[in-house]
Amino acid sequence: MILLDFTLRQGGFTLEIHERLAARVTALFGPSGAGKTTVLDAIAGLRRPASGSIAIDSGILFDRAAGIDLPPHKRHIGYVAQDVALFPHMTVRQNVLYGRREGQKLALDAVASMLEIDRLLDRRVPQLSGGERQRVAVARALMSAPQVLLFDEPLAAVDVERRRRIWPYLERVRDELRVPIVYVTHDPVEVDRLADHVVRLENGRVADRPFTFLH
Amino acid sequence: MDVWQITWFTLATAALATALMVPPGLLIAWALARKRFRGRLLLDTIVSLPLVMPPVATGLLLLTLFAPLGPIGRVLARAGVQLVFTWKAVVLAMTVMGLPLFVRTVRAGFEQVDHRFEAAAATLGAAPWRVFLTVTLPLARPAVIGGAVLGFARAIGEFGATIMIAGSIPGATRTLAVAIYSLSEIGRTGEAAGLVLISAAIAFAALWWSNRLVWTAGENA
Repeated sequence: MILLDFTLRQGGFTLEIHERLAARVTALFGPSGAGKTTVLDAIAGLRRPASGSIAIDSGILFDRAAGIDLPPHKRHIGYVAQDVALFPHMTVRQNVLYGRREGQKLALDAVASMLEIDRLLDRRVPQLSGGERQRVAVARALMSAPQVLLFDEPLAAVDVERRRRIWPYLERVRDELRVPIVYVTHDPVEVDRLADHVVRLENGRVADRPFTFLH
Repeated sequence: MDVWQITWFTLATAALATALMVPPGLLIAWALARKRFRGRLLLDTIVSLPLVMPPVATGLLLLTLFAPLGPIGRVLARAGVQLVFTWKAVVLAMTVMGLPLFVRTVRAGFEQVDHRFEAAAATLGAAPWRVFLTVTLPLARPAVIGGAVLGFARAIGEFGATIMIAGSIPGATRTLAVAIYSLSEIGRTGEAAGLVLISAAIAFAALWWSNRLVWTAGENA
């Protein structure tokens, strides 16, 4: 479960959210500029809310009133950003193992075969295709044994054809690992396929009206 | 005059000075590139000062500070360390004069490293020092090498501050640059010309090597 109850200001933009996310996969849906990425950044500790609190099952990540603000490296949040940001000076294997924690139950082999990147482990990042990069980034986040997984339009840079081929991998992550996922996307089909719950953001607020697809 | 002694002495002191520039230089460059703190502008200005001040003025300032009765020299003297007019003074002058070039080059390199990689490393559980050592530093490698070579080259060529704080004592503090000056002063221009050739060869080799490293790094990126 993830509790989001905060206000965050960024220039002239204000994001205000009061939500309790209890689903396996929550889709953050809405037009660009609605504040979807900002929500993920706040959970990961990359942006600091002006007030309020953020908590997950394992504890409080941020609480302005109590003076709690865990730095990103102590939050145990797996974040696959839109640009994936694989380390360009490392091999795929070094990337995937970068965040491995002591006592990590997941083995590299298991994660690599689930995402079918076994054959890529000794490649360098510049040699990977867009879809391969996405899978490596997901594997890297999984290996850090996260309490929560954040995906920011992980498939935005991938064409529709490949996107459909990556969905099964994400479904496996969802079904085989019991980690709550917050998934930012523009794509209604993706929401339909992967999410159990939808939070619709509009201009920094959660939209009240019930969610409907407007194709 | 022992040409090889002077050449060896210059290379060794410059190498040591470069090694001494690196730890504080990396720290200052990183702080200037990545941190917002009080006194940032002041630090930036002070570090760059030797680049703009006449080297002789920097030398006189160092001499005042490090002379046996100066504020720092007194402390050193009590510890039994004599600095001015020894090889240690040569290294000090070279370090102070080379540091601004190292810091400016490395800082620009750090600023070019995309924040997203550092943010990704942090969310993967890396503490700030680990992010620096495994992400920021390797990605800025060409700038770090380039900065070290510039600092080394500046150290080899150091003259003004060196002559003030270390003098020109044959066999003890005389570097290539100082020897070229001292020898031409007394009309031994032939020998000075020989040292000029050696200086040029060293400079050429250092730049060639650094350019090659930077190019190779660029091709692998």
